[in-house]
Amino acid sequence: MTIKKLVLIAAAALLTASPALAADDMLTIGFTVSRTGKLNNDSIAQMRGFELWRDELNDQGGIKVGGKQYKVNFVSYDDESVNARVQQLYTRIINQDKAQFLFSPYSSGLVATAAIVSEQYGRIMLTTGAAEEKTYKLGNKNLFQVYSPADLYLAGAIEAVKELNPKSQVALVYKDDPFSKAVLQSARKQVSEAGLTTVLDEAYSPETTDFGPAINKIISAKADVLLGGGHYPDGATLARQLYDHKARLKWVTLLVAPDSPNFATLGEAAISISVPSQWEPQVSFKPDFGPTAAEFTQRFQAKYGIEPGYHAAGGYAAGLLLQRAIEQAGSPEQAKVAGVLNSMDVTTMFGRTKFSTNPKEHGLQMGHEMVIAQWQRKGGNVVKEVIWPKAAKSSDVVY
Amino acid sequence: MGLALQMTGVIASIIDGVLVGAVYGLAAMGLTLIWGVMNVINLTHGAMIMLGMFALYFLTSALGLPPYGAVPVTITAGFVFGVLVYWIAVHRVIGRAHLMSLLSTFAMNMVLIGISTALFSTSPYNVPVPLPGVTWREYTFTGTHIMAAMLALLLAGLLYLLLYRTRIGKAIRAVADNRDAAELNGIPTTQVLSFAFGLGVALACVSGTLIATLFPFTVLSGGAYELKSFVVTVLGGLGNPAGALIGGVALGLIEGVTASFMPLNWTPIIEFVLFVVALILFPRGIFAFARA
Repeated sequence: MTIKKLVLIAAAALLTASPALAADDMLTIGFTVSRTGKLNNDSIAQMRGFELWRDELNDQGGIKVGGKQYKVNFVSYDDESVNARVQQLYTRIINQDKAQFLFSPYSSGLVATAAIVSEQYGRIMLTTGAAEEKTYKLGNKNLFQVYSPADLYLAGAIEAVKELNPKSQVALVYKDDPFSKAVLQSARKQVSEAGLTTVLDEAYSPETTDFGPAINKIISAKADVLLGGGHYPDGATLARQLYDHKARLKWVTLLVAPDSPNFATLGEAAISISVPSQWEPQVSFKPDFGPTAAEFTQRFQAKYGIEPGYHAAGGYAAGLLLQRAIEQAGSPEQAKVAGVLNSMDVTTMFGRTKFSTNPKEHGLQMGHEMVIAQWQRKGGNVVKEVIWPKAAKSSDVVY
Repeated sequence: MGLALQMTGVIASIIDGVLVGAVYGLAAMGLTLIWGVMNVINLTHGAMIMLGMFALYFLTSALGLPPYGAVPVTITAGFVFGVLVYWIAVHRVIGRAHLMSLLSTFAMNMVLIGISTALFSTSPYNVPVPLPGVTWREYTFTGTHIMAAMLALLLAGLLYLLLYRTRIGKAIRAVADNRDAAELNGIPTTQVLSFAFGLGVALACVSGTLIATLFPFTVLSGGAYELKSFVVTVLGGLGNPAGALIGGVALGLIEGVTASFMPLNWTPIIEFVLFVVALILFPRGIFAFARA
């Protein structure tokens, strides 16, 4: 066989393997996952949510559009928790892998980058794990936020603290990153409106490894309430050191970290730490379609062996919402699906979903409500309970 | 009263800083020893610190060792692994351009981080160490911090004895001073270099083990301490183990003081400004006087 023939065969093989030639009864959804890097804990949970939805859907035959059924195929890459990778990979996902729809990466910072690419190519992207509002206020037309926006994250905790002790002295100590700063910007205002006193208000560097000096500052400020944190590694370290340093705070709400089932590995240090949560397995929404929270929890546990947190539930809900929109649009065409998403007002296992259609904040989540979960000791085990709002609580507050 | 409490808080932060600084110093001693003996900037340093952290996790959870019982095991395993890495990635580039050893150790670092990520993912691990602390007014100095600082000082003392009171220590110093002259005097310099590299890695690993008794950690945690080790070695003078220990304590102290008087997110800025200033004004290290 001549070299020329070999080259021709190789070229033919490459063309056959090209993902551009996907079957026409297949819908491709693309996204990146932080399989490695500092965001991997929550990002992988989110991906598992996507995957459970896809597997269940494909087992049932796929998305029903008119008389046809589309199975769902995922194209995903590891973004290494790095912005530059997100930019390269979303471009690849759209141009080379020809994804028709997109899910977002995890975290507000990475989503801000992915949104630039998705808007540039006019692809619908359901964002989950991205609470910061700024991205939705830049005139984007194809983003749809599944989570409650950042300004609501600490509202419940502040309301609860006010009810427990209106003279509370609050320390705001948070990670110096876009999401945490966005949350705290609103929280600062909400603390003051609630008539509580802020005695310390400081951001810490994302590279912080030792929170000893920060904790001494909290003690010196005579704070009895701490609101803040950021993501998993820093939040877990802060919680452990608060316990080691016996900081004697009456209420601690940290962002994101305590929602992860891994947080229980902190043992005693986890007790009484609370977290604003987009979703908990105990919620009892009556879904218009899809499973209930209890059914989802049971299926997730059966597949992955751990209880789902809100990142996993958000991922699953993103799948359900996109599926519903495509089914109701009667076509996988972008404009038709976007039209359905714009007018959507539904309840799933994740709660209510309604996207803003105001051009100044298009896609911002308007319907979803958050809860507060707290780690408590029950019968020798460290468990997470819903404590706020009272209507949704599964246990009383430990204060 | 408020001011008194604040001042007590500042003193508490300084003490905390010094305690954790001793561990930074121990980590930096490993880096600076390797540089001093063989002029290699060991970019596997952060990965070695991380391996020390995971050694604590597996020795305590899988083998049921008490946390501080892991220390001698980590030192021994770290030494053996260090000697192995020397022969794989360092030996051939010694005496060649610095870029060669930088690239070689960086590649090794990527391999170690990559394998560890594949095995453990980048999820956080936590080793609870039940050790009572000391409470002074409202402030508590944790037992783990005190123990880590004491062990760091003890290990630094043992390193000093090894370098200045043993034949192998004398050989290491001779090779560091002039490898050719040492060779002419019958010292097997290649073996000495591999021993010194093993020693440097053992120090990095054991500092990782001590850090893991203080804080939760991930596969990527070593990077932050590698950066701190660079700041510490610049403060203490590259190639100067005694200076590294003082530099580490100084860095911990600076972290404690700056965090007390400035916004928390200024701490790394101050650290790295100091890094640049020390490089420009004291290229041999602020604590060069401690050079033996």
